[in-house]
Amino acid sequence: MITDFEVLETMKMFNEQHLDIRTITMGISLMDCAASSVEESCDKIYDKICRYAGKLVETGEAISKKYGVPIIHKRISVTPISIVAAACDTSDYTPFAKTLDKAAKACGVNFVGGFSALVHKGYTNADMKLINSIPEALASTEFVCSSVNLASTRTGINMDAVADMGRIIKKTADLTADRDALGCAKLVVFANAPEDNPFMAGAFLGPGEPECVINVGISGPGVVKHALESVKGADLGTVAETIKKAAFKITRVGELVAREASERLHVPFGIIDLSLAPTPAVGDSVARLLEEFGLETCGTWGTTAALAMLNDAVKKGGIMASSYVGGLSGAFIPVSEDEGMIAAAASGSLRLEKLEAMTCVCSVGLDMIAIPGDTTAETISGIIADEMALGTFNNKTTAVRLIPVPGKTVGDEVQFGGLLGYAPIMDVNKASCADFIHRGGRIPAPIHSMRN
Amino acid sequence: MKSDKNTAVISVIGKDRVGIIAGVSALLSENNININDISQTILNGIFTMIMLVDLKDNVIENSDITDKLNKLGEDLGVTITIQHTELFDRMHRI
Repeated sequence: MITDFEVLETMKMFNEQHLDIRTITMGISLMDCAASSVEESCDKIYDKICRYAGKLVETGEAISKKYGVPIIHKRISVTPISIVAAACDTSDYTPFAKTLDKAAKACGVNFVGGFSALVHKGYTNADMKLINSIPEALASTEFVCSSVNLASTRTGINMDAVADMGRIIKKTADLTADRDALGCAKLVVFANAPEDNPFMAGAFLGPGEPECVINVGISGPGVVKHALESVKGADLGTVAETIKKAAFKITRVGELVAREASERLHVPFGIIDLSLAPTPAVGDSVARLLEEFGLETCGTWGTTAALAMLNDAVKKGGIMASSYVGGLSGAFIPVSEDEGMIAAAASGSLRLEKLEAMTCVCSVGLDMIAIPGDTTAETISGIIADEMALGTFNNKTTAVRLIPVPGKTVGDEVQFGGLLGYAPIMDVNKASCADFIHRGGRIPAPIHSMRN
Repeated sequence: MKSDKNTAVISVIGKDRVGIIAGVSALLSENNININDISQTILNGIFTMIMLVDLKDNVIENSDITDKLNKLGEDLGVTITIQHTELFDRMHRI
């Protein structure tokens, strides 16, 4: 028995509160595409992606129509290219990125993730080649996303890689300077990167994953905000309960879509990523949701506590709705992709240091933050090192996606367009950390990694 | 409303006017879609109608019924959606 109330509530969630499935991401293993020649390997990669993901977009659209549920993105994640390309006798991996780009275009998806390397303990020769290829790869492709795992709780932090990525981010920004450093919006570094994450730019299919898998990322900050509006002034226990209920319903939609996509594509269902992912649209903002807790502006005192509680309640509600939860699973706080975050940053209430504190209690990290173009590579590495430490020492995923926009400085604004949004350039502490970064080496794993 | 696997919910929300039920019913009849149940209320002047309809041959996916309902909604000044019933069962039932 479906009640009128339930039908109306559902209709409002979709029509007014921006509930959507953010992404159906098909993970495809490219382990069997290794070859000694670049051409042969790239041909295999292109054929395999098109064979597996050829029907991904039309299947997503059919499911969307059947349930009246918007499915915003259909995407592909692949085995880290540093592993696939390792057998090739070449130092430039850009052709692999171009192949991924071509395959993404052929399949009609809007991003393919996996131009990646896992270097949390050290570099293989292939990892080094991949990382050095990132700037050119991102400058010469449209749909390819790149990620590098620099640290993990079990291994500590690879500070050599942290130092290198500061330079790589700067170089990527320079090569895409004509597009306001757009290349950096497709490049993320991680601590404890999940192997089954469906969200870009950090999606890749880890070595422990199956041949092919469907992972689904949900969204819906607007739905949770709306639910909170109905309990204005109530105590925080009531707030937690309200968030849990909303998260349950959102996750069930994700589970339904994931199961159906898996069945239709004859590909196993992997995980639901329980994330509140904002968009720049008004009413689809995590910052505004935090403000609904009773904060004047996101970034003021209380923001971290509210975010911690929100993140926890979303998981508690969502975990009941699906047995297979994974990926990043938590609230996203990207600045440029969230209308409320943009406003809070522009007003000066939300600063980089506060964002760093917030990342201690949510799933991602310093995400989609535009910083002055003259920020040094060492300072970027310092920001990354701090974020990696938060992830490594707190046993959680953290990430950094910074955009040092050439020629722009605090007070300027940068437009990326679409879901990547726009952002004010945020101020960065200018005191040098260069000597620290130049030390290099590896920060040892924390004591609580010794679990055996 | 009783739901099962081969049904869909059509919901109509908007300002009340003459001919909403007639319009929707006529469109469904033209497309050979059977109506199992209708409930209709006017809440604070907002017209709300919920229909449970039979689904044959995956009609939502395999026809342009969604587009036709959207177009009719525009003509009548209301919002019309059609969604497979399973969505509601999953979202609102444990």
